[in-house]
Amino acid sequence: MKVNDLILKTATNVVSFIIITFSIYLFFTGHYTPGGGFIGGLMTSGGLLLLLLAYDLETVQSIIPFDFKKVIATGLLLALGTGIGGLFFDKPFLTHTYGYFDLPFFGEDTALATATLFDLGVYLVVVGITMTIIQTIGESE
Amino acid sequence: MSNYVILPILIPLLTGIILMFFSRNVTASRIISVVSSLLLVGVSGYLVHLVKVNGILTHEVGEWKPPFGIVLVADMLSALLVLTTSIIGLCCILFSFRSIGIERERFYFYSFVQFMIVGVTGAFLTGDLFNLFVFFEVMLMSSYVLIALGGTKLQLRESLKYILVNVVSSALFVIAVGFLYSVVGTLNIADLSVRVAEADQPGIVTAIAMLLFVVFAVKGALFPLYFWLPGSYKAPPSVVTALFGALLTKVGVYAIFRVFFIIFYHDPSFTHTIIGYVCLFTIVAGCIGAIAYWDVEKIVIYNIVIAVGVITYGVTLTTEAGVSGALYYLIHDMIIKAALFLLAGAMFTITGTHSAKKMGGLIKRHPLLGWMFFIAVISLAGIPPLSGFIGKFLLVQGAAESHSYLFMAILLLSSLVVLYSVIKVFIHAFWREPKLTAQEEKGSPKGLLLPIALLLALSVFLGVGAEMVSPYISDAAKTLMNPSIYIDAVLKE
Repeated sequence: MKVNDLILKTATNVVSFIIITFSIYLFFTGHYTPGGGFIGGLMTSGGLLLLLLAYDLETVQSIIPFDFKKVIATGLLLALGTGIGGLFFDKPFLTHTYGYFDLPFFGEDTALATATLFDLGVYLVVVGITMTIIQTIGESE
Repeated sequence: MSNYVILPILIPLLTGIILMFFSRNVTASRIISVVSSLLLVGVSGYLVHLVKVNGILTHEVGEWKPPFGIVLVADMLSALLVLTTSIIGLCCILFSFRSIGIERERFYFYSFVQFMIVGVTGAFLTGDLFNLFVFFEVMLMSSYVLIALGGTKLQLRESLKYILVNVVSSALFVIAVGFLYSVVGTLNIADLSVRVAEADQPGIVTAIAMLLFVVFAVKGALFPLYFWLPGSYKAPPSVVTALFGALLTKVGVYAIFRVFFIIFYHDPSFTHTIIGYVCLFTIVAGCIGAIAYWDVEKIVIYNIVIAVGVITYGVTLTTEAGVSGALYYLIHDMIIKAALFLLAGAMFTITGTHSAKKMGGLIKRHPLLGWMFFIAVISLAGIPPLSGFIGKFLLVQGAAESHSYLFMAILLLSSLVVLYSVIKVFIHAFWREPKLTAQEEKGSPKGLLLPIALLLALSVFLGVGAEMVSPYISDAAKTLMNPSIYIDAVLKE
């Protein structure tokens, strides 16, 4: 007998969108308020996990066709790259910089820091690792 | 110039990440691994040269001044150990091409080897106690994967034990660091040294020092805490055991040296006496194990236990000769243990067994392998022209100067036991009538001998070229014996 999970699927479509939006909010506010790459990444994978619960592995993989092991590697490369960047300006490893820019949509004097790029690396690694763990355990019989 | 300090960490880290993209392409992985390892050897060699010329180099990560930020410190001891690590890494990678098997290679084997080298070099170079913990974890997590990779029943059972022991000791490490931070208020090693000296090491700091000793004794396999080592090192393929045996336990020994020479040196009559007895028991326990077994790998594993005891005893020696001896022996032992495990791996490839009793007459068809094993044996035992001799000689001299006659006696007797345990293997496996005909051999050692030959050549150079090496070693010993050199270099006072 096939279970009818229409309510679960419909709710998931809305809720997972909200969760992922909130996780991105957490990611960007990490510099001034609690949040950051780690919790943002965990919450994104929480949203993806909800999709996995409502649908099955193949469906989710066709929606998000990433090899999550490559996502881990990309995240590491990004984090390491921002660290190495300092070396080219004759500064020590992991020296970060920031500046204030006038951006069209975000308003004047928006602070942009290279620490965000490092955080993006952390974010990708966390998403990649969580999803790899879940998918690997889910697939193995 | 100070940027050279971080390169031994960055090169393997970057390589490990890049290798994750090429995991399916074994040829590309091999080429990238070898190129990066060669680069690492070059950079580490240059780092040793720089430290020799300029004194201690520091790298303040993120431009934060110590004690507020993380600082990487390359003194002569760290630089030499990083160089040794890079050479062993290169040889083990070369050895794994023909021995590890395509299945393991495709499952990120080379990535994890690189990540383990990151952890080891990072632990050698860091100048911050919590950062040391992080690099310990980097190293240990890679070692968990390497020990379990392949998934045979034995590997799974032993990796479970190994992970359990190391998780407990890591938790103890965090607890000890937490205590220390709450008492002293800093985690930078140089700053810790200053503050502990100002307070003249009160009882609680001594207690924390001994807690740290317990942690490092688990990692380094000292007497009551070495129980996990024989089983765990027996499980993985011999290349992995070579990496573990040469690098992992020695990081624990290095941490004991760093902590007890630079920070907690104010109450030696309590701390150093305990360390001394623990080391003596370690040597005895290792000797018993080395005599008891007929399994080639088991014998070498118990020889690690002996060597760890001998080297760590160097902490309690008060003269420069003794400390230099311990450092010389440390570097010699890393190289020769890697060589011995690789030799055991080559013998296993030929015969398909680890038991020396079931081999026999190998020297008839594999004379090169036989004589290389012989060189490794006499170097391990400490026969004069080779590298083991100088370390032991200096240790005996240092023991005489520090009036540690019990240690001197046990050291000399243990040399006999070491010689007996490995020459036993040589006589049974290489002499006598051949047990296997050419058709019955399981595989050929072709391509496996080059990395072993490299390591043995280095070992011979360490012994014959002692005149060239000893200035570097005595530099390292001087820095250890005068913490003020280290503190001034880091805090720039």
